[in-house]
Amino acid sequence: MSSAPEPLHRALGLTDPELEAIRSVLGREPNHLELALYAVMWSEHCSYKSSRIHLRRLPTTAPHVLVGPGENAGVIDAGDGIAVAIRIESHNHPSAIEPYQGAATGVGGILRDVFTMGARPLVVMDPLFFGELTDARQRWLVEGVVSGISGYGNSVGVPTVGGELTFDDCYASNPLVNVLCAGALPTERLVLGVASGVGNLAVLLGSSTGRDGIGGVSVLASAGFEGSDGATSLDDAKRPSVQVGDPYEEKRLIEACLELLDHGYVVGIQDLGGAGIVCATSETAARGGVGMDVDVTAIPLREPAMQPYEIMTSESQERMLAIITPENWPAVAALCAKWEVRATIVGHVVEPTPDKDGNPVGMLRVRHGFDGEILAEVPAKSLADEAPLYDRPRQRPANLDAVRADDPTDDEPVGSPNEDLLGLLVDPAWVYRQYDSQLFLNTVVGPGRDAALLRLAGPGLPISERGIALSTDSNPRWCALDPRTGTALTVAESVANLACVGATAKAVVNCLNFGNPEHPEVMWQLSEAIDGMAEACKGLGLPVIGGNVSLYNESGGNDIDPTPVVGLLGVVDSLIAPPPGWAWREGDTVVLVGARRAAGDQPFPLGGTRWATRRGRRGGRVPAFDAATFATTAAFVAREIAAICAGRPSDVTAVHDVSGGGLAAALGEMVAVTGVGADVTELESHGELFSEFPGRFVMATNDAGSFVDRARASGVAVVTLGTIGGARLRIGGQVDLSVQQIVHRREAALVEALALDA
Amino acid sequence: MTRIGVVVFPGSNCEYDAVAGVSQLGAQAELVWHSQTDLSAFDGIILPGGFAHGDYLRPGALARFSPVMEAVARFAAEGGPVLGICNGFQVLTEAGLLPGALQKNRGLTFLCQPTTVIVTSTHSVLTSGAILGQELVIPINHFSGAFTCDDATLKTLEDNGQVVLRYKDNPNGSRDDIAGVANLAGNVVGLMPHPERAMSTLLGSADGRVLLASFVTANVPAA
Repeated sequence: MSSAPEPLHRALGLTDPELEAIRSVLGREPNHLELALYAVMWSEHCSYKSSRIHLRRLPTTAPHVLVGPGENAGVIDAGDGIAVAIRIESHNHPSAIEPYQGAATGVGGILRDVFTMGARPLVVMDPLFFGELTDARQRWLVEGVVSGISGYGNSVGVPTVGGELTFDDCYASNPLVNVLCAGALPTERLVLGVASGVGNLAVLLGSSTGRDGIGGVSVLASAGFEGSDGATSLDDAKRPSVQVGDPYEEKRLIEACLELLDHGYVVGIQDLGGAGIVCATSETAARGGVGMDVDVTAIPLREPAMQPYEIMTSESQERMLAIITPENWPAVAALCAKWEVRATIVGHVVEPTPDKDGNPVGMLRVRHGFDGEILAEVPAKSLADEAPLYDRPRQRPANLDAVRADDPTDDEPVGSPNEDLLGLLVDPAWVYRQYDSQLFLNTVVGPGRDAALLRLAGPGLPISERGIALSTDSNPRWCALDPRTGTALTVAESVANLACVGATAKAVVNCLNFGNPEHPEVMWQLSEAIDGMAEACKGLGLPVIGGNVSLYNESGGNDIDPTPVVGLLGVVDSLIAPPPGWAWREGDTVVLVGARRAAGDQPFPLGGTRWATRRGRRGGRVPAFDAATFATTAAFVAREIAAICAGRPSDVTAVHDVSGGGLAAALGEMVAVTGVGADVTELESHGELFSEFPGRFVMATNDAGSFVDRARASGVAVVTLGTIGGARLRIGGQVDLSVQQIVHRREAALVEALALDA
Repeated sequence: MTRIGVVVFPGSNCEYDAVAGVSQLGAQAELVWHSQTDLSAFDGIILPGGFAHGDYLRPGALARFSPVMEAVARFAAEGGPVLGICNGFQVLTEAGLLPGALQKNRGLTFLCQPTTVIVTSTHSVLTSGAILGQELVIPINHFSGAFTCDDATLKTLEDNGQVVLRYKDNPNGSRDDIAGVANLAGNVVGLMPHPERAMSTLLGSADGRVLLASFVTANVPAA
């Protein structure tokens, strides 16, 4: 046993060079409280210190971008005087330890990021990643996470309209719970988290402050699970770092904040998330170039004898910080009383202090009483913006060439394609039925389809005929083999999903879930993924307007597969009729739209496919990405479907993007939801049945001649696959299944895997 | 023009949807804060869906003590049309304005999905414009939506035609497939499905219109 006590800064998660940097900022030794403030603000979670130099390579601008990365949420101009704010976050480690509360507070946090911008949160989506359901702990995690999202999201009153559900052993000890929220606001009401106006007041709104979530960002989010059995062994030790959510408090907080904004009572507003009060006060002061005095004794507490460092860094949920002028205080207090939301003056905006060279520096001062002892005094900007940035070592994994050479593409097919197809079908309805997906009367296409499609409408918004579309996508199987191309293909997959509901993509947000950045292979994956995203976004003309980086997703020394999640926001100009979805009809012709074969030397690659992974074959190469052909195809599909949304007559009766499970799964899903079979021509190989590469769409038409002419006129490849009808799905001599079998297997797959009584 | 008050408790969340629903049918709708005690300006009152007072204790258990509920009881006693949707139905049962209670769904999960309901009585402000036996596709969205009551109450409800809607394919374990009930006079109605979510084919169904249209014209036929 080591007998030397660990130095305080290391116990708080700061390295020796970071302590030196703090000494140099302050020109003196920091005290305990100051060290605690730096420890949370310079944590990986808050400062992005390992990823920031790479994130700079992403394109972030476009004429319609109103707010790019770095604010609480990205914002675009959606037209008709309406702006849309969007943000994505992870709540992975809290959910690993306490699935219900971890997932619930993930929803709460993302909502605050969005209404901080002045937007009413209108929609939530949840990409979820767990281990295989043969493990009882995974079933417990799934039930806990889904009921946490349901319990919090439904009650707080924001519809959950989609997400993703992925099962893979690499997430067994480190599940991923990501959450995306979008909201809308009248463009002129956009507000930013800025403190300005010396003499203004910082008002803390919402819950009292307790000991829950202290060090959440540094203890939980910025370190891996080290025990040999991963999260299991650390449950008890880390559980106190998980926050506890109260959706009823959040609901009243949302309504109160939106009403404060309606009345123009606030100068700036900021949510309290990771790192609590220190984060909100230092970030608002740093953005405004002012100082802030915080009276630590003014903050309402829910537990006795809390220390100043606990009060300043607590992550108690459902709190906001509003900057207001003193004249508005009585009105703010009255409005908050109506909503039963606690409002307390906890800070004063003060003049910057001249440094030794006479330059003004906004100082964050923590005081015992506004006129009392100064407990901590540090430059606000040094906390918020000046964490050290690391260019951590990167190294291509040594075994990558061997993994890529172990390619399943040329494997002799073993077993029955019928059984392969059935095994790929999973209906996620058990999950999404637990989510209110309809509130606000906007949901035209809800969960379980290619993308969600909503009317762009809400209380207080200008009248508009437009719609917004959202999709979240990831493919860790591709990204494990080739993080760069895999990420580019994931962006394309998202664009293809949006095309299926007639939407044109406008902006990307990302949640980059990776392993331990101190492993050079992980840093290489992260850097490659960012390059792939940058290439795809530049190629498709898409700005990245926000994101989140979640590192240290490891347990027992094993990193998760690289899992960049893409959230894509698009717009439909006129939404007066629903898009056709998967609903083909008897007698329609089914066609495959887009390049039939993948670019590159493998026409039907199987590396990284669900088909291969189910057989334990995880090696191979990912498909090459041909951005130009892809973009032409997706734009054609989006135009065809947008015409239907605008109420124009069309021969198109169904559309579905070919993605996970390949062409076979796409056809199987369409059979399952319609109950109508299809007779499809012989395909080239089992590879063509199960290969996955974006840019192909299964569409149905009741006037094949006209449809094919339009596609060819647009320079888009199209082949006729067959005819819709009957009670069987036949694909050449390869697949022959009854509709009933397909419907049953798809519906039962998840419920049986979860060992539930249906 | 019919004036409809839509009561807002802290934690309600379907109030704007209820306003939108009846406004589409020509009514003039207005939000009523739960501390209000005068409802004389209104021709009808809706208690919307949501989680009034966080549904703490159990759904509706605290909302029945909000000041507005005494006014709602008076309004109902004078024959005024009162409609409770989802959480509003739960509040009306807790307040004793409707019989029975809503307990957790059979499967112990929240359920948001389309359901088909059958009109089983037209003797209510909600169903007077519908046809007996008519099937309507209307979504549900609840955790505690399984209607329950004792045998004597059930017999009374059935004898008096107070069961106004039944599920065709019971999703939540409701006793006797009950989706909506009325008081004896037919002027107070509660239902778990959300008719305001079924006002347009763009959103999947327009079958809720017949119900809300009955309510805004508030036409109670004689028994």
